[in-house]
Amino acid sequence: MTTQPDLLYSEEEEALRAAVRDLLTDRCAPASVIARTESDAPHDVSLWKALTEGMGLAGLLVPEEHGGQGATHREVAVVLEELGRAVAPVPYLASAVVATEAVLACGADDLLSRLAEATAIGALAVGLHTAPGAAFKRVRLEGGTLHGEVTGIADAAVADVLLVPADDGGLYAVDASAATVVPQVSLDLTRPVATVVLDGAAGTRLGEAAPAVRRGLRAGAGLLASEQLGLAEWALTETVRYLKERKQFNRPVGGFQALKHRLAQLWLEVVNLRAAARAAADALATGTDTAVTVAVAQAYAGPVAVHAAEEALQLHAGIGMTWEHPIHLYLKRAKADSIAYGTAGAHRENLAELVDLQAP
Amino acid sequence: MTDAAELKRRTADLLAAYPPPDTDRPAFLRARFDAGLAWVHYPEGLGGLGAPRTLQAVVDAELEAAGAPDNDPRRIGIGLGMAAPTILRYGTEEQKQRFLRPLWTGEEVWCQLFSEPGAGSDLAALGTRAVREGDSWVVDGQKVWTSSAHLARWAILIARTDPDVPKHQGITYFICDMTDPGVEVRPLRQITGEAEFNEVFLTDVRIPDARRLGEVGDGWRVAQTTLMNERVSIGGMRLPREGGMIGPVARTWRERPELRTHDLHQRLLKLWVESEVSRLTAERLRQQLVAGQPGPEGSGTKLAFARLNQEISGLEVELLGKEGLLYDDWTMRRPELVDFTGRDAGYRYLRAKGNSIEGGTSEVLLNIVAERVLGLPAEPRTDKDVAWKDLAR
Repeated sequence: MTTQPDLLYSEEEEALRAAVRDLLTDRCAPASVIARTESDAPHDVSLWKALTEGMGLAGLLVPEEHGGQGATHREVAVVLEELGRAVAPVPYLASAVVATEAVLACGADDLLSRLAEATAIGALAVGLHTAPGAAFKRVRLEGGTLHGEVTGIADAAVADVLLVPADDGGLYAVDASAATVVPQVSLDLTRPVATVVLDGAAGTRLGEAAPAVRRGLRAGAGLLASEQLGLAEWALTETVRYLKERKQFNRPVGGFQALKHRLAQLWLEVVNLRAAARAAADALATGTDTAVTVAVAQAYAGPVAVHAAEEALQLHAGIGMTWEHPIHLYLKRAKADSIAYGTAGAHRENLAELVDLQAP
Repeated sequence: MTDAAELKRRTADLLAAYPPPDTDRPAFLRARFDAGLAWVHYPEGLGGLGAPRTLQAVVDAELEAAGAPDNDPRRIGIGLGMAAPTILRYGTEEQKQRFLRPLWTGEEVWCQLFSEPGAGSDLAALGTRAVREGDSWVVDGQKVWTSSAHLARWAILIARTDPDVPKHQGITYFICDMTDPGVEVRPLRQITGEAEFNEVFLTDVRIPDARRLGEVGDGWRVAQTTLMNERVSIGGMRLPREGGMIGPVARTWRERPELRTHDLHQRLLKLWVESEVSRLTAERLRQQLVAGQPGPEGSGTKLAFARLNQEISGLEVELLGKEGLLYDDWTMRRPELVDFTGRDAGYRYLRAKGNSIEGGTSEVLLNIVAERVLGLPAEPRTDKDVAWKDLAR
């Protein structure tokens, strides 16, 4: 490798971050997110519209001639850091990253414009747990229509278009109204999964499924690390803040060395995760060393985000166990994220091949 | 402002006046110092040109391409990394003129007389006494963990000049002549079999007051400059993938399939990932410094590398199985340089144990991160307002 990835944030990226954070501060307060999870509509469609129609963020990865912004994965990563920090219930990763990348791979221009302009929300009908390069389920193509059932599809409940791999090797765009989408009771309340049932649904063949799915999942895995960074940063920052305020034994609890060391360790992990996530975003943007860099980021990020959320819960103690406090939203998201687009172990197995450290 | 083009021109002039093939090493290094190309961010007349620190790379690249000798920075790391910035900041004009040039050329090696048997993490509790006698100070005490003491011409020394005030206030910073008859250096053999470090016994050592650095009683503050530079110098390296301790074990794994087990495979992959992520973190830190945006991230670099070095070298000994029962050489030596990769896994395993102790224990560094980066409260202190002589010991 001759060049080093650019691991910093540009001024434009910081400006984008500030704009997204302002919006989320106004529109995505923890109490309202908790309340929404108990409603029939766990996704925040009005926030999604503000992010997309208002700010144009759905089209960051799409070239301008197709209605997008012509930006890169680096900017998307900054948006995902902020969405993770707010544990925002919007289908951004599913639609603006994974589905968009799959459609980009197929070159389906009309659909691409609809996704970029957010006149449609897309969802790739491949289980959220699937790692890039892993096997995935394909529905049957019989008599020109699609038949079968796929489960664990993130954000399918709000999707307008489902991207469905079929057993002829093709990837099909299916209008959500032609499918039955059944929400599953999900561990992650803010990124729920659903079952998609196709019973003779019509679809439009976009292209070959395998390369499109691989590209979508790889971008999803690499950029998920930035969401996990946002989650972990929120958990660390909130816990540090709380432990400065919370007093027991006539002292701030944050002054006890046993807890200080745990928080310092967590800070080290978050610092590392930032470097790994920036490297993955930059590798996706430049196309340099992408497979290894994405696998490294996902082999590291999942356990860090989970550790951060678990430490936040333990160090908040009793209040952290309540439904009222938002920590549980972060713990549930972090744990689900540790499975999404492949576990850390799955990515380590990929690395064993990629960097030639073969199993016995 | 001195820019890159100007530095290239000056470097070309130096190379023309002192062609490396025809110039002996000390003469070339002295000429380089006098041309202001030693450390370009230092002031003119003291080996620099007052240029941005980042431009040093321009000079180094030109000189390396021309085959010019360097000052073997690893051999004189304490002088370059710790003594020099302290002298630059607190030294008198006379001290700067006398000490910085031979320090940089390596003609005079420096060591550091800070730690004591009774003052490790609590360095400010040190007990080596310096008593004023006319124009001199008379120093008595014992220092420890002193690398290069047996090679050094000079030492930076902190000693207690006032035992009747709280510990941080009664310390003064000196430059100590290691050839003084009262200085006795004894090798300190360590768990690897060799003696990288020394014990230094100071008995009636006379230091002229002209070799004091900073004000009497201000030595703790002066020492902060020294210690901050110690930690900065650890973070700035640029490593390729597998450039650290993970490299040798990854090569062994590839070359010797008969050693592989499933358990070791899982652990190796985890450590490989952590090494790569730590490398990226160090690279990010480097990019921040180059861009003039230093962050607190550097505080963590040493912590991460200490733990990784220990875990990786431990794994490597285990991977070697039957050969892991052996050790390359227990002979007592006094090496000038520590070379981790030049020796076997067993040596790496034992030497890496020091990584979480030297230059600040990992426990103290975690406190520093918690208090200075995260802003968490300090532990309650019982020693703040107590005269040094009344402290528990």
